[in-house]
Amino acid sequence: MPNANHDGLHLDIRKRQGAFLTEAALSTPGRGVTALFGPSGSGKTTLLRLIAGLDRPDAGVVRLGDETLSDARTGRHVPPHRRRLGVVFQEARLFPHYRVRGNLTYGMPAGGAANFDDLVALLGIGKLLERFPATLSGGEARRVAIGRALLSQPRLLLMDEPLTGLDGARKQELLHYIARLTRRIDIPVIYVSHDPEELVSIADRLVLLDQGRVLTAGPLDEVLTRLEFSDALGGFDAVSLLTARLEAHDTAYGLTRLRLADGQPLVVPAIDRRPGDSVRLRVPVRDITLALGTPAPTSDLNRLEVVIERIARSTTDAATVDVGLRLGEARLRARLTRHACHALGLREGMAAIAVVRNITPAAG
Amino acid sequence: MLSAAEWQTIAISLKVAGTAVAGILPPGVAVAWLMARHDFRGKALLDGVLHLPLVLPPVVVGYLLLLALGRQGWLGHWLDRLFGITLPFTWQGAAVAGGVMAFPLLVRAVRLSLEAVDVKLEAAASTLGAGRWRVFFTITLPLAFPGLVTGSLLAFARALSEFGATITFAANIPGQTRTLPLALYTLIQTPGREAAAARLCALSIAIAMLSLLVSEWLARRARHRLQERDG
Repeated sequence: MPNANHDGLHLDIRKRQGAFLTEAALSTPGRGVTALFGPSGSGKTTLLRLIAGLDRPDAGVVRLGDETLSDARTGRHVPPHRRRLGVVFQEARLFPHYRVRGNLTYGMPAGGAANFDDLVALLGIGKLLERFPATLSGGEARRVAIGRALLSQPRLLLMDEPLTGLDGARKQELLHYIARLTRRIDIPVIYVSHDPEELVSIADRLVLLDQGRVLTAGPLDEVLTRLEFSDALGGFDAVSLLTARLEAHDTAYGLTRLRLADGQPLVVPAIDRRPGDSVRLRVPVRDITLALGTPAPTSDLNRLEVVIERIARSTTDAATVDVGLRLGEARLRARLTRHACHALGLREGMAAIAVVRNITPAAG
Repeated sequence: MLSAAEWQTIAISLKVAGTAVAGILPPGVAVAWLMARHDFRGKALLDGVLHLPLVLPPVVVGYLLLLALGRQGWLGHWLDRLFGITLPFTWQGAAVAGGVMAFPLLVRAVRLSLEAVDVKLEAAASTLGAGRWRVFFTITLPLAFPGLVTGSLLAFARALSEFGATITFAANIPGQTRTLPLALYTLIQTPGREAAAARLCALSIAIAMLSLLVSEWLARRARHRLQERDG
């Protein structure tokens, strides 16, 4: 990222907490959603607290743009209330003695009321303004917490697993709000999660953490197709991502037509977005069949011309291989049986047809 | 219904106890916050010193006050010279005695309620741009309010009933430092005043009941408001 050090976040820190050592360096760009992903105990929340200024690093620096927020060597430590960073905590942490309105305006700077109504509408919390937090559902409370953080006009939004503890339907609903929101606001977002589903929906970049260290970092679709991180990606290996532009709705068949960046068409079950929108699609790795030459007609809707980029044996299942595919600038992963791979004589560099049995828009 | 002397006694008592509570409230809350939110060297020692008035004979406290704040005392000497303030044998002195005796009760109640306030809410407030003072006055203190009320009433009752430290430090001067307990004591010591003593005794009980009822009402109101918020 060329502008990473300019208006983005840069940190290079060490922090010991009991037996647990976090030692991480990362830079994020000044826009978009960067996800910190890893199992619990991987240091995600530690990093978030260091960025927010709630903890001090033992060594190293935290910088936002040109401003040094923490520097262990000089002892500089800007306190949380002077950092102008919005934090959405795992639990909503609403103030119980203020109404929703009071919570929302608590951190609002003077003259910051201009986007109050907009944001309230965007988060769907207009009807809750005069209620007290104890009367809100979990999902409503999280939405208010997000609104409260954003109304403080932060330079960066930190979200610490904001969907934790919500049931399936509530989770989907809030995910939808967050996804919509992150497309609208123009401040960078750091999103901490251990749930692949959330990240596929909203992240632009992924930082993979394990045991207090950064394994890798990069654009989400790129990291998703990196075969060597299959283990660390955990549930992630189940999908890869494609981004396509919506062309038209086919109401007669209840379908939506899209086009990939390299010009290849896609058809998916009707989705609720407008023509011209950029749509993020998830493709489960087990739902791709590879064919050499044009396969006989099948009932599958989507066939993509791809180039086999890499073939790697799965680290967890000896009977399968992970195949990295390339279509223009985009990448996909397919999981085949090792037997099929040998029978077809697949090799890196070969052209093939990927028959995609299942492709769905990511939530949000 | 009440004689002029009885009204005067009540007025002095309320004035002394009210001043005592008002005077110890700010330092009491500050000390309680320090104890609830911070660890420092000598915390256990400070805790012990704070509790001394609870376990010392009140007469000892009164005598120590006399040593410190009397005209010849190390502090009283300066108060007299710099501000012309004399505390012994005045109603203000009685308020000081009552305040010192009530201080540990106030600190204890406020500290417990401050400890019950979730520090995560304070951290959330700080990330929203609130500095230390704003966090304290908008988050910590309002959430600890029920404890503040309880502590204040407890301290008020303690200051009202103060006897030993008061009589030692402020003496028993009619119309000046003769509070309800001192007046009652004087009547008991006087032959033939049993009826008047009984009246004061009943009066004491009435005032005690009244403050209990007020405290109960305030606590119920605070609970009610929280319940309303719980839906």
